[in-house]
Amino acid sequence: MGLDFNVVPEFLDLILIGAMWTIAITLVAGAISLGGGVLFAVIALYGHWLVRYPIKFFAWLFMGTPLLLQLFLIYFGLVQVGIDLPAFVAGVIGLGLHFAVYNSDIIQAGILAVDKGQTEGGRTLGLSQFQTIYKIIVPQALRNTLPPIGNNIIALLKDSALVSVIGVTELIHASQLAISETFRPFEFYITAAVCYYAINLALEAILRKIENNAQIAR
Amino acid sequence: MSPTQPFINIRHAKKNYGDLEVLKDISLQVEKGQIVAIIGPSGSGKSTLLRAINDLDSLTEGEVWLEGMQVNKKLPTRQYEKHINKLRQEIGMVFQHFNLFPHLTVRENITLAPKMLKGLSNANANKLAQEQLERVGLGDRIDYYPSQLSGGQKQRVAIARALAMKPKVMLFDEATSSLDPELVEEVNLVMKQLAKENMTMIIVTHEMAFAQSVCDKVLFMDQGVVVEEGLPEIIFKTPQHERTKSFLANHLNGRF
Ligand SMILES: Nc1ncnc2c1ncn2[C@@H]1O[C@H](COP(=O)(O)OP(=O)(O)OP(=O)(O)O)[C@@H](O)[C@H]1O
Ligand SMILES: [Mg+2]
Repeated sequence: MGLDFNVVPEFLDLILIGAMWTIAITLVAGAISLGGGVLFAVIALYGHWLVRYPIKFFAWLFMGTPLLLQLFLIYFGLVQVGIDLPAFVAGVIGLGLHFAVYNSDIIQAGILAVDKGQTEGGRTLGLSQFQTIYKIIVPQALRNTLPPIGNNIIALLKDSALVSVIGVTELIHASQLAISETFRPFEFYITAAVCYYAINLALEAILRKIENNAQIAR
Repeated sequence: MSPTQPFINIRHAKKNYGDLEVLKDISLQVEKGQIVAIIGPSGSGKSTLLRAINDLDSLTEGEVWLEGMQVNKKLPTRQYEKHINKLRQEIGMVFQHFNLFPHLTVRENITLAPKMLKGLSNANANKLAQEQLERVGLGDRIDYYPSQLSGGQKQRVAIARALAMKPKVMLFDEATSSLDPELVEEVNLVMKQLAKENMTMIIVTHEMAFAQSVCDKVLFMDQGVVVEEGLPEIIFKTPQHERTKSFLANHLNGRF
């Protein structure tokens, strides 16, 4: 049997819901990966060893194991110790923390690249180290690392597909539901691919706009 | 503060980097409203001495006092942080490379610290920024980013930013050294204006003509010691020490 995309419109609602979930996962996990990335980077560079070492250990753990395993651990594993997270929450936490570890590395390099005159400028005005870090150093580090962080967010969008395995009806999972009723994998996987591509383009456009806006302020 | 105490009092300042003695027992008194120039060859310790005044570089030994308060007093870390952050609000500093915050507008550069540290409202902070910018002749640049300004304008914004904290003293570390020659004068004019307003200033400079025209006292440093100090007309016209003479002979053109 040949390709017949006429089967798709009937399931468009389902696919759109899937796309919405994919976008929601990307946005929330993306925010977690950014906030977490900043937090881990600041702790890794400035933190007391009592917090610095646990964070480094945690980063090492997240870098050394597959994302899929991390999602299983958070969703299925934590239930055993009484923490029963909804699939979406478990998914964005897993995905967010996983990419936070990668963002943290980039942001650390960004922080170290900020001229030390900036710290002196802040401290001389009477700002504390903490105030200087979060008002002066981190904003500049983020501006300077926007391109690689943007790449990570795009990678995160693609890896959001893994969250399907814990049962969130994002694009992949929605497609599979449609396929199980129609037995038309090719059509629905191609539809999903087109959706990913569209979301990707939108995301890239947004990231480029942010980068351009940041251009003058550096 | 007792009436006999100097406004700024540096006592037996010593600074070592490992085996290198950068400051070797330097003492300096500055009166309120006085303008002191520090001159000397590269590496003589001028910046280190200046930066000891707000503890940007900590002394190995010796004391720094401002208005009867010891700047570098021994305190537990947390308490010391509080103490020094408070004191630094009263000590303005201007750097060779401006150190403006590139991600913030001129307005935000100036209002950041007053808002965070003194709790100024937006309206009051904006007014303050406008006032200070007009003082340095840049009232029309308030919404620019530093990258949109010339070097001279950047340095004037940096001065306005420091002035917005209403400091008791201003420290200048080669404020014009990284500027193109034609931009030096606009910054010098601002500093001269501050001098007229009786701002206490300590100025590290390579511009002998400027030092001679605005300062009340000149310090000549070499290899971590104050070789000679006194009135500008004496230091520049009839220096007593060989090292001062040969240094000045090399700087006849007024600029390094
Ligand atoms: N962080 C540091 N570690 C080691 N040595 C340092 C450090 N900072 C300064 N020095 C040394 O201390 C000496 C004095 O430096 P300082 O910057 O005070 O000189 P300066 O008189 O300001 O010189 P310039 O005119 O070049 O600015 C120099 O020999 C310098 O190499
Ligand atoms: Mg210097």
